[in-house]
Amino acid sequence: MNDTDAVNITLSFTINGSEVTVDVPMSDRLLDVLRDRLGLTGTKEGCGEGECGACTVLLDGRPVNSCLVPCFQVQGRDVRTIESVDRATLSPLHESGATQCGACTPGVVMTSRWIGEDRSVLRGRTLRELMSGNLCRCTGYDGIIEGVRRTLDEEGED
Amino acid sequence: MEVLQPTNLDDALAILADRGETVTPIAGGTDLLVAWHEQRRWEGTFLDLSRLGELSEVRLTDDALHIGGMATYWDVAADRAVAEAFPLLEQAARQVGSIQIQMRGTWAGNIANASPAADGVLALLAYGATVILASQQGTCEVPLDRYYHGYKQTARMPNQIITAIRVPRRTYDVELFEKVGSRAALTISKVGMAVTHNEQTGWVVAANSVAPFVCRCPALEKLLTDGCTVRSPDDLLPAVDSDTRPIDDVRSTARYRRIVLSRIIYFGLRDAAPGFE
Ligand SMILES: Cc1cc2nc3c(=O)[nH]c(=O)nc-3n(C[C@H](O)[C@H](O)[C@H](O)COP(=O)(O)OP(=O)(O)OC[C@H]3O[C@@H](n4cnc5c(N)ncnc54)[C@H](O)[C@@H]3O)c2cc1C
Repeated sequence: MNDTDAVNITLSFTINGSEVTVDVPMSDRLLDVLRDRLGLTGTKEGCGEGECGACTVLLDGRPVNSCLVPCFQVQGRDVRTIESVDRATLSPLHESGATQCGACTPGVVMTSRWIGEDRSVLRGRTLRELMSGNLCRCTGYDGIIEGVRRTLDEEGED
Repeated sequence: MEVLQPTNLDDALAILADRGETVTPIAGGTDLLVAWHEQRRWEGTFLDLSRLGELSEVRLTDDALHIGGMATYWDVAADRAVAEAFPLLEQAARQVGSIQIQMRGTWAGNIANASPAADGVLALLAYGATVILASQQGTCEVPLDRYYHGYKQTARMPNQIITAIRVPRRTYDVELFEKVGSRAALTISKVGMAVTHNEQTGWVVAANSVAPFVCRCPALEKLLTDGCTVRSPDDLLPAVDSDTRPIDDVRSTARYRRIVLSRIIYFGLRDAAPGFE
């Protein structure tokens, strides 16, 4: 982002299981730190204002829009991005036609990781409700919901 | 740009005592970072509340719910006991933005931001919540229905932080929340209402997106208390007109808002309110 008066901050946090320390402009968002400083470009910028969910990452295990997280709030915390996900687990998404252009996919996967890690969040809520912060502009939601459901089912089996 | 990151409330209040006029508190950032994105820059001095662990508590006791100043929508809605005791808080929380917004957005931020469309404020108003403000001078508690006095005009002094929200625990025989937007998720209310009825406190009717701030509706409350005969939504329009000042904007029109408010109240209360036929 535009850095108005170039104040920097030194941040240490955990990214995908490893400790990092970076020196970044105070006005950076978590999204900027991930993409521009750490080269983790799997996380996409969509709308930049919390509507589309393309930039979803897990912050201390919870899905958040990294475009709305100021970098200075990440000190000492745990961040996980799409780069932490085992490719082998993504087949159900591909097979169910949940991905076309792919821009929303990293965010979709991260929200579904959160659900997979604590299924109690599904109590009283549908997958559709939990996934409603991940907008897709091409393939449509039936394939996405089906793909997420199958991913969760496969995980549930082992 | 400058960011101050105290790790306890006393230090935070000392900063505001000193320079409150020029310092902006930041909690979940879901309102502030959108503004930043729109302006393509972020200037000024921010007081980061995220390290004040003492503000994140959600505590349910026999007589009240305490929502800490940093507690999020998710913190409240995912707590089964709290959601059961305060169903309108759960309903409101689940309709704020999306899961990602509910994980970060705070109830206190919703109050402080003072949007006329705020959904958290709407549900809290119906439950007679009070806002707890702290400064170096001490703590005061302001009823939420006296917190706003104009568009974005609030009772908060620049040296104060919202440290908590207190929601009295009562038994209600009517609890109703309705948000009308253009879709189910990720939508700002075109018009919304929350209604409660309790033997002691009587009828409380609150509405959003129909006035410069989320407000109580005294004429509608009186009509309900008096048990006036209401045969159709249109019978509510005089009271709606007395209570609200809707406008035309990007999301809707004044005409739509007044008509829809009368309808959601009528159909929501038809089986519950005396005098509604
Ligand atoms: C995509 C999207 C969808 C949204 N949908 C909805 C919706 O459906 N309904 C709705 O009501 N809102 C919605 N919002 C708005 C926002 O999420 C809420 O208003 C939220 O509650 C703000 O809380 P926050 O902690 O993120 O506030 P911040 O952005 O951190 O702060 C907001 C304001 O409050 C002040 N502030 C924050 N905490 C305190 C405190 N403890 N003491 C004093 N001042 C404080 C800040 O200085 C700032 O002025 C949406 C936002 C986005 C980005």
